[in-house]
Amino acid sequence: MKKKKIIQLLGFLVLRACLYTVLAIIFLFLYDIGKKGGGAVSWEFLTQPPRRGMTEGGIFPAIMGTFLVTMVTAVLAIPLGMFAAIYLNEYAKQNRLTRVIRLSIRNLSGVPSIVYGLFGVILFVNIFRFGTSILSAGMTLGLLTLPWTITASEEALKTVPNSYREGALALGATKWQAIRTNVLPYAIPGMLTGTVLGLARAAGETAPIMFTGAAFYLPSLPRSLGDQFMALPYHLYIMATQHHAIEQVRPLAYGTALVLIVLVLSINMGAIVTRYRMRRKRRW
Amino acid sequence: MVPKRMREVRLSRLKEEGIKAFFFTNGVLAVVVLVGIFGLLLSTAIPAFKEIPVREFLASKTWDPTSPEKAQYGILSMIVSTLMVTAGALLIAMPVGLGVASYLSDVAHWRVREVVKPIIEILAGIPSVVVGFLGIVLFGPVIAKIFHTGHGLNAANGSFLLAIMALPTIISLSEDSLNAVPLSYAEASLALGASRWQTLIRVKIPAALSGIIASFMLGMGRAIGETMTVLMATGNARSFPHGFLDSIRTMTANIAIELGEVPYHTTHYYGLFAIGLVLFILTFIVNLVADVILSKYQQREQ
Repeated sequence: MKKKKIIQLLGFLVLRACLYTVLAIIFLFLYDIGKKGGGAVSWEFLTQPPRRGMTEGGIFPAIMGTFLVTMVTAVLAIPLGMFAAIYLNEYAKQNRLTRVIRLSIRNLSGVPSIVYGLFGVILFVNIFRFGTSILSAGMTLGLLTLPWTITASEEALKTVPNSYREGALALGATKWQAIRTNVLPYAIPGMLTGTVLGLARAAGETAPIMFTGAAFYLPSLPRSLGDQFMALPYHLYIMATQHHAIEQVRPLAYGTALVLIVLVLSINMGAIVTRYRMRRKRRW
Repeated sequence: MVPKRMREVRLSRLKEEGIKAFFFTNGVLAVVVLVGIFGLLLSTAIPAFKEIPVREFLASKTWDPTSPEKAQYGILSMIVSTLMVTAGALLIAMPVGLGVASYLSDVAHWRVREVVKPIIEILAGIPSVVVGFLGIVLFGPVIAKIFHTGHGLNAANGSFLLAIMALPTIISLSEDSLNAVPLSYAEASLALGASRWQTLIRVKIPAALSGIIASFMLGMGRAIGETMTVLMATGNARSFPHGFLDSIRTMTANIAIELGEVPYHTTHYYGLFAIGLVLFILTFIVNLVADVILSKYQQREQ
């Protein structure tokens, strides 16, 4: 009897150790970047371009570039994701085609990001002749986020009770009228938060933009969607591995990492908190 | 009067059909993109095999496309490197991930769970380039000191980082499947006098095994396809790896390193897309297997 208790105690202790190890690593990550990056981040760092061969100055063009490319991603991924989700949740029947679509969506989310990069090089840079540009990179990231936006939008549509649809249909509304007036108004906030989570992940991606438009260094900001751009994740990669004076620019790299992480995590948190609030407020 | 009303009805039906067709087109887009990725990769990779025999491509260890004497296009070293870091990552992430999932589902107070789960979500949100950076500045020096290697950029470092990146997937999916085990299973086991630990190990984990294995597979798929982390933290040596303290170059890292410099429409260029194709097929199979396991499991649940 006693032996059983001791084994259980030890077993749970091991499990607890696993959890503490993981939490310790997360805190170590955030602490290291917060502490060393915090020293580098200043108003100047956020608003100035890099100077003297990127050994001084700030990361303003990289912030701008990431912002612009994420906008293109949003313009592509939000409507496409929503429309696809509307089809799957409202129109699709339980048949083989629907199963194939769902399987494709799940598989798309497992395709390596560098493969999306290769795809972007062939399709957007070469076939569509967008060149290496904000447009090519944004569209590549748009396709990358598509499976996430579809899944998130569908989750939001699923939370609208069927009685809403049935009520409209019973009053003689057509299917689209029912969706437009009785489903979408309640689902769109949830769809948007889910999509924003996808966009935050896209903003942190490096591999898909490396060859579709991100540039090492640019003396001026991009003027159109056809220009190359600097981006935070790619800038961090450059500062961490490709720079000629790596040790000297380490603080700048830490600063870039901090800005990137704060950006991605605050968008994440914002979306999660909004979703949580919405769920609490709503009583069907 | 009647014909006008009929015309209206017909028009409205036509509009409905049009709207449905519009959404259908968007719905099928996922299939089109997936097939498109495969098709474009395949068609860009095929020219490579006009000059490189498939056998040499997959079985030769030497990748030296810019050699002045004789260019060589063997990706075996990269395949082994990829599989090695992936295996190393899983070796760490599987027990730790399952441990955390078990703790959260069976031991922890629900308040602890409410706090811990968002924190682990944070880990999933950290961009891979940041994880790679931490591999260089944080873990590299530690590994170098412990194992007395010049720098800590090697397969061990990569495995460790990939394990951390695979953990959120493994933890959340495993926990879901542990929670999905019917309560009656655990109750029956406890009623027979088993301890909570025995119930967890002998009843709940076996019952949730398919979900847990699927979570391992999905973690594996992520590790195989991860680019920035391994590119930054594993040293990128082109030689065949012999141990976890060797610098290695994975398939993903090789594409990332060379695609920027290669002239378009050369055998080297096509060869990089052929590597991408191998990568695509590999992750596709892994994800498909995970999917089949998961859907079987869900069917059984119902």
